[in-house]
Amino acid sequence: MTPEEVMTVMAARELENGQVVLVGVGPPNAAANLARRLHAPDCVLVYESGAIGAKPQHLPLSIGDDDLAATADELVSVPEMFGYWIGAGRIDVGFLGAAQIDRRGNINTTVIGAYDRPKVRLPGAGGAPEIAAAAKEVIVMLRHSPRAFVERLDFVTSLGRGGDAFTVITDLAVLRPGDDGELGLTAVHAGVEPEQVLAATGWPLRVREPLEVTEPPTAPELEELRALRARR
Amino acid sequence: MPLADAVAEHVRDGDQLALEGFTHLIPFAAAHEILRQGRRELALVRMTPDVVYDQLIGMGCARQLTFSYGGNPGVGSLHRFRDAVEHGWPVELEVVEHSHAGLAAAYAAGAAHLPFGVLRGYEGTDLMSENDSVAAVESPFTGERVSAVKAINPDVAIIHAQHADRRGNVMLWGLAGVQKEAVLAAERALVTVEEVVGELEPRPHAVVLPAWVLNAIAVVPGGTWPSYADGYSARDNAFYAAWDEISRDRDRFAEWMREHVLEVG
Repeated sequence: MTPEEVMTVMAARELENGQVVLVGVGPPNAAANLARRLHAPDCVLVYESGAIGAKPQHLPLSIGDDDLAATADELVSVPEMFGYWIGAGRIDVGFLGAAQIDRRGNINTTVIGAYDRPKVRLPGAGGAPEIAAAAKEVIVMLRHSPRAFVERLDFVTSLGRGGDAFTVITDLAVLRPGDDGELGLTAVHAGVEPEQVLAATGWPLRVREPLEVTEPPTAPELEELRALRARR
Repeated sequence: MPLADAVAEHVRDGDQLALEGFTHLIPFAAAHEILRQGRRELALVRMTPDVVYDQLIGMGCARQLTFSYGGNPGVGSLHRFRDAVEHGWPVELEVVEHSHAGLAAAYAAGAAHLPFGVLRGYEGTDLMSENDSVAAVESPFTGERVSAVKAINPDVAIIHAQHADRRGNVMLWGLAGVQKEAVLAAERALVTVEEVVGELEPRPHAVVLPAWVLNAIAVVPGGTWPSYADGYSARDNAFYAAWDEISRDRDRFAEWMREHVLEVG
């Protein structure tokens, strides 16, 4: 079982049947499609390319693959997608990825280093700022490392938020905002020691009591995820 | 009209140029013709630069890029775009950076010939401080703070569609992206199509652009590869994955472009 598989299964479990889910490329795409095959068959998958209610048979590589358009309930233009659907707050759960995240849940997908001459030029904002601001609930998925969980972002691409409707799921753990809005460690995945998570976080991470341990991925979850990836 | 003539007549050095198509219907053949004709100093606009602008940027045709997501979807980086921003190779590239919502609103305002579009978002992010075409404004009715984004009105928009009829009306279907807005926002519009048909037949999710908002149509079957045209082709995901390796190295890229673009057509 790979760390990415654990992260994907944990994210899939966060989705409830019937929710309207905004899906991006990469791990969120796998998580949402996995949930739809398991406990949440009636989730409405929305891709920012304009596909609403897509039911892909295999994992799309891009958010605009032909399979998404062919299986969607409705197709809309990009201005309509961001105006009437995402911006208007019609998304229950929005998934985001990040290159860097800080203790407030702000994320950077723009540059590593100085903006004008970056060390690494990342893809940029895409739909993230509006998803972060307008989705009823936000789930951020990224690998846990001190380079990703930083004291200070090189660039603020999208804003975090406090409250219950914000969850960070990594290959090691689950983080949620506390009462003051600062992310704290609420659960580790089975076999992960809290110290590992603290060492992989670039700020002094608060550990919440009682610290939970997530249920390991089950055999059916892993089988379905691997079958989904194999169909690509 | 032949694609070469359409590009020669409508695309000029220094133009602000929008090639649109959100993953679907990307006008690759037109981009390649622009490369063969050696256009320079272009100010490129595209929501997702994609492989098509990675090629134009890597060949040194662009002085500026206005965009909102500069990755190879599901694969990773656009290496030529990165090389231009990180190292100024082969030429310096100025970036004007939006979110998808912001750039979509800028196109829509451009199509409506309004000075700016309005959206939520941007507030509190560094995108706002790095981009002069974004500003905070207050609603005159409720006082709510929202973001204004300056309209985009390119000199030229180029799109690819499935059908044109004999009178020059154009129809596209499937994921429609921001093509209607790009065409209506632009001073001049050029369309490549898969096929000319006798009559445009109604289809679900079709976008029709009447002849009188277009300046030139060129018939270029398959002109969207490795992107795709709904009803004609599927996205060549294997090529998008292969582009990662082709584009990583400057020499390998130059060789590929010479062999597959410059010495073709």
